[in-house]
Amino acid sequence: MMRKEIFLLPIIDIENLGLDAGAHLLIKYGLREIQPGGQLSVVGNCPGWEAQLSAWCRSQGHGISLSQQDGRPVVTVTRGNADAGRWHDAEHTGLSDLGMNGAVMDKALSSWGLAARGAMVEAGSPDIYFRLDRKDEVWAETASALYAQAVAAQWNPDVAIDWNEPFNLPDAVEDAVAQLMTYLIENEVAALVVPARFLGQLHPHFREIQSLLAIQVADEARHIEVFTRRLKLKGREPALSTAGGQASLKTLLDEPDFSIAGFLLSVLGEGTFVSLLNFLHAHAPDPVTRQIAHLAARDEARHVAFGMSHLLWRLQQEPQFRTRLANSVQSRNDALASTAGLNEEVFDTLILIAAGKFTPQAIAAGYVRVQQLIVDMAEGRRIRLERLGFEKEEAIHLAALHTRNFM
Amino acid sequence: MARPFMMGAVAYAPKVVTIWEGFKEYFRRHDFEFDYILYSNYERQVEAQFDGGIDLAWNSPLAWVRADRMARTRNLEAHALAMRDSDRDLTSVLVVRSNSSVEGESNLTALSGQVIGFGAVDSPQANLIPRDYLRRRGLFPNRDYTARRFDELSGKHGDHIGGERDAAVALMKGEIDAAWMIDSNYLAFSREGILPAGVTRIVARSGNYDHCNFTVISGLSSVTDEMAVHFTELLLAMRWQDSQVRPLLELEGLKEWFPGRTSGYELLVRSVDDEKFYDAEGNILVADYRY
Repeated sequence: MMRKEIFLLPIIDIENLGLDAGAHLLIKYGLREIQPGGQLSVVGNCPGWEAQLSAWCRSQGHGISLSQQDGRPVVTVTRGNADAGRWHDAEHTGLSDLGMNGAVMDKALSSWGLAARGAMVEAGSPDIYFRLDRKDEVWAETASALYAQAVAAQWNPDVAIDWNEPFNLPDAVEDAVAQLMTYLIENEVAALVVPARFLGQLHPHFREIQSLLAIQVADEARHIEVFTRRLKLKGREPALSTAGGQASLKTLLDEPDFSIAGFLLSVLGEGTFVSLLNFLHAHAPDPVTRQIAHLAARDEARHVAFGMSHLLWRLQQEPQFRTRLANSVQSRNDALASTAGLNEEVFDTLILIAAGKFTPQAIAAGYVRVQQLIVDMAEGRRIRLERLGFEKEEAIHLAALHTRNFM
Repeated sequence: MARPFMMGAVAYAPKVVTIWEGFKEYFRRHDFEFDYILYSNYERQVEAQFDGGIDLAWNSPLAWVRADRMARTRNLEAHALAMRDSDRDLTSVLVVRSNSSVEGESNLTALSGQVIGFGAVDSPQANLIPRDYLRRRGLFPNRDYTARRFDELSGKHGDHIGGERDAAVALMKGEIDAAWMIDSNYLAFSREGILPAGVTRIVARSGNYDHCNFTVISGLSSVTDEMAVHFTELLLAMRWQDSQVRPLLELEGLKEWFPGRTSGYELLVRSVDDEKFYDAEGNILVADYRY
């Protein structure tokens, strides 16, 4: 469309296209090829195109002059500098591609607002404040990979679980399952709310973390859905919720530090839950509960991996942060010292589930399995704590201080 | 506190408050006391400038014509201190549907017997200058064409583009055969979808004319004259590159302030006389003008 004429000004022929029909695009792109102060010529055939061009140039801050050439009107447009002026003092916001040097900045500015990482942000854009705006307090090197895994591992409860598989439990056992589901749901609500709150406080510059938190929230929503559906499968309503259980979960909601909350919720809590869900996968009395537990455990393991990855990164930047992690376990333990701990109904339910039937021998076996579960949970916590750099003795001590409510 | 330099502006839309509050803030940042009074119409604003109510008026072109005439009558001089880059060299266009028998300026007589839409009675761009354009080509209302006026907020001198928009809508509905509007509104109504692409044509275009300016009446007070100089310096120093200033310029529809000029009001002056809108002393003559 643009060609050089003998008088050396680039010329654009908009032909029959009016500026009321998109011709301004041809001119706009033509002007991008020249510097402010430079000129190009425009010719056209659409009735009144000169008036349209004149109005458009006036609105864009470009100058114009009209002349005749070969009996045809030619408008010479002089590029103004308003377009360039808008981007004066614009802010760079890193790069979109994590693989590039300088992609993620150490501190994200409120003036970057909601812009895509890597975008150029006009000066004077409104400040949008996000509390979590420092890389060192939120980052995890594996976030991008974990998000990709999470996306690939999403499951549809309607398809992934065979809700119609026939089974019939004794009333007492079905009641126990309803109690267990009631307990699981409130724990999963905490596991949804904690990342959701941080999600709203996280600067969007840390896109990989934002995505991972978002899909974690979606995971928990799905878990709440399937636990509720299992609870209602045989016509039950949710059972009991204890003060101690909720007090324990509230300490997670009250934790303002992203890393400590991730440590208490994901590394210790959800890590412990993975053991519980694996236990249910192995010992639950019905096939639906076993399937649900299996699928939820896979998601929870990913949440644990994110928590670990973030803490390993943070501890690498700030080794003394380990002391704060230890203190947080102690503080939570102190805060919960006066509470009852695990819902007694849940504990008994687990025994009943592991026993499978009401005989002294079966219950004895179930009791041993639950005891073993408790030991396995503590052992899992110890291993993760050691991976975070705690000495073995301290890891054992801290693992034991973890809430009796599991999460 | 120093006496503020008082500006009058017409409240043709709610955004006017946002605009002038922003300007007030800008001038205060530069230690220049500036304040404003909003008028509901340009006629009262022009009169207020001669009554001493305001030092400066942000005038429509028609208000400028009246202020200039009133000043001359009083042996004073009206000055256009500054104007927007977008106030210079506007044109009005006559738009028809694509299937119109009017092809262009060469056969405007085809407008005979047709209904032409105009803006408000006091709109320079959609009434006065268009009537002048047609008159110069021997076309008179009632005799050669039927004028249909789309009045919107009289006294605002056409600043509120509602009249032009209503005319464009009527054109598309087939209620009128042609409509006048500022060239830039033709593009704006196209973007809004009121005038779909390819369905209308421009068949006539007025000569160039200028739009608003900041008017002072020199000789009324020496304080005002000095403050006007300072005001103009600060105004012309506003830069599009400045992110604090840019939102104000965007709201007011300009990229750059230019020094005022009065050479762009000739078409309007001629029409004001021919239409008997104001007399030579700035008295309002037009009968059906309520503001």
